[in-house]
Amino acid sequence: MASSGSGYDLSSSTFSPDGRIFQVEYASRAVESSGAALGLRCADGIVLCVEKPMNKKMMVTKNTPAGRRIYAVDGKTGLALAGYPGDGRQVANRAREEAANYLETYGSEIPPDVLAARLSAYVHYFTLHGALRPFGCTALLAGYDAATQRHSLHMVEPSGSCFEYYAAAAGRGRQPARTEMEKLAVNPTRAAAAAASGGAGGVGGEEGMERGQQLISVAEGVRQLAKIVYTIRDSGGNGGSGASKDGPFEIEMSWLCEKTGWKHVGVPKDVMEEAVEWAKREIEAEGEEEDEDDDEEDGMEE
Amino acid sequence: MSLSLQSGGSSSRVSASSFSATGTGIVAAANAAGNQVTTRPITTGTSVLGIKYRNGVMLAADTLVSYGSLAKYKNARRLLPVNSRTLIGASGEYSDLQSISDLLIANALEDRCTADSLYEEDNTNEECAKEVWSYLRAVMYQRRNKMNPLWNDVIVAGFQQNPDGSTSDTPFLGTVDKIGTAYEDDMLATGFGGYIALPLMREKYRPDMEEGEARALLEDCLRILFYRDCRALNRVQIAKVTKEGGVLVSEPYELDTFWDYKGYVSTKAGMGTDGGW
Repeated sequence: MASSGSGYDLSSSTFSPDGRIFQVEYASRAVESSGAALGLRCADGIVLCVEKPMNKKMMVTKNTPAGRRIYAVDGKTGLALAGYPGDGRQVANRAREEAANYLETYGSEIPPDVLAARLSAYVHYFTLHGALRPFGCTALLAGYDAATQRHSLHMVEPSGSCFEYYAAAAGRGRQPARTEMEKLAVNPTRAAAAAASGGAGGVGGEEGMERGQQLISVAEGVRQLAKIVYTIRDSGGNGGSGASKDGPFEIEMSWLCEKTGWKHVGVPKDVMEEAVEWAKREIEAEGEEEDEDDDEEDGMEE
Repeated sequence: MSLSLQSGGSSSRVSASSFSATGTGIVAAANAAGNQVTTRPITTGTSVLGIKYRNGVMLAADTLVSYGSLAKYKNARRLLPVNSRTLIGASGEYSDLQSISDLLIANALEDRCTADSLYEEDNTNEECAKEVWSYLRAVMYQRRNKMNPLWNDVIVAGFQQNPDGSTSDTPFLGTVDKIGTAYEDDMLATGFGGYIALPLMREKYRPDMEEGEARALLEDCLRILFYRDCRALNRVQIAKVTKEGGVLVSEPYELDTFWDYKGYVSTKAGMGTDGGW
């Protein structure tokens, strides 16, 4: 203990001499060992995706809400969680309360940025008191603002920090996931820059961005997220405990897009299955391309 | 913003007591606890009629909201869907009806969001009409025990529910009044309609009525109510719940009236006086 925090890590109400709050950092670390949660802002909507390791062989997983990691906040807002599921539920319930309260008070649905701000204020509160434990979870918030007709993705972290993203990842394997997501055409300013530069060579490592490339659609986003989940599981998940790297897992996906009338609903099962098949084929093809004789080409767990 | 864990409210079932009762215009008095309570409704709607028919339930009401005896709002909707298969209609204080509607709609939203699945097709746990009716009964009765009633007589229409949560073939029609009395029947009427329309409906009712017959009966009743109820209007709405189509509420429309009956034409009520007392 003395090695890591030297007594400055006993409470989130104490700074260390170099200005860190260890309890908050530990909370972030708790998130890092959970299955990944990914979010992608596409041209026509948002896709949320979580990877759920299914480690316990005797666990009932069909038709049970127990393993849920994506929650509906109100009709037009969804929340994907990484970290402790119980902490996550607390945050999800708070989000529902804030949304319902806003609707009752102002008679219109809560704008996603307001909800994200209120949620981050709530999470942040738990980093201020010695008597409270910070939340061991990170929340990805997908929402649609009917007034501005704009969809947005926010991420609220255990520290209470909250930003809007084109693509966000939390949990085990978030770093490789971010690297993969940076290759996707989801950032309009970068896509424009890539288009202007003429594509040849790209701008400073914009590998995936080619000239005149359109932002990807949610249909494409679902496929790409499925691929990223399989990719990060393959690569061992960057610094995580790696405990369940090869174990069985499930994917949970939801979206909110033009096609669903901006309602947040689960991605239809057949669309997900198709996306997973595509992802597996894609990864296999890339593997053959890169190294035919590297080492064993195991394929992946069913 | 001050630091607080209060969200400023709660989305959990709003207990009936958290309605801060009195909207403007409701005459209020202090109860034992010193709170303001409604003692008399001000902006009111008159009768609502409801009837079961062969494959559905139908409600009818006019669109008048009166301010005392003044016909103040002539296009007010008093038949309101609260979820995809339940409909309510209410007479009495209009602001209280709005408040009830908000409460039920918020509950329906909460049900949807806390459902076990992200897939709409899996979610059969939406409240059925009987559950809405029963919940409303509890709310109304609690409020009356606080000596602060929601001043409405409400009719709830929809379908019974199978044990698996799916909609059954049996229609549901129930009413709750402002003191929490609740009962079901094949035909119901609130307010003045209880005196004028209900006897007519009882006379004409058959369980196997077609939709058209049910509608004709309700329109006849509304027309008669318009003739005899000083707080009624010939601008009306009809709404139905069917198993296949869910809730459907018509736009307001006007009923034809006929004023050439002898009793209406004879001047001064046939008394041979100047019409005064």
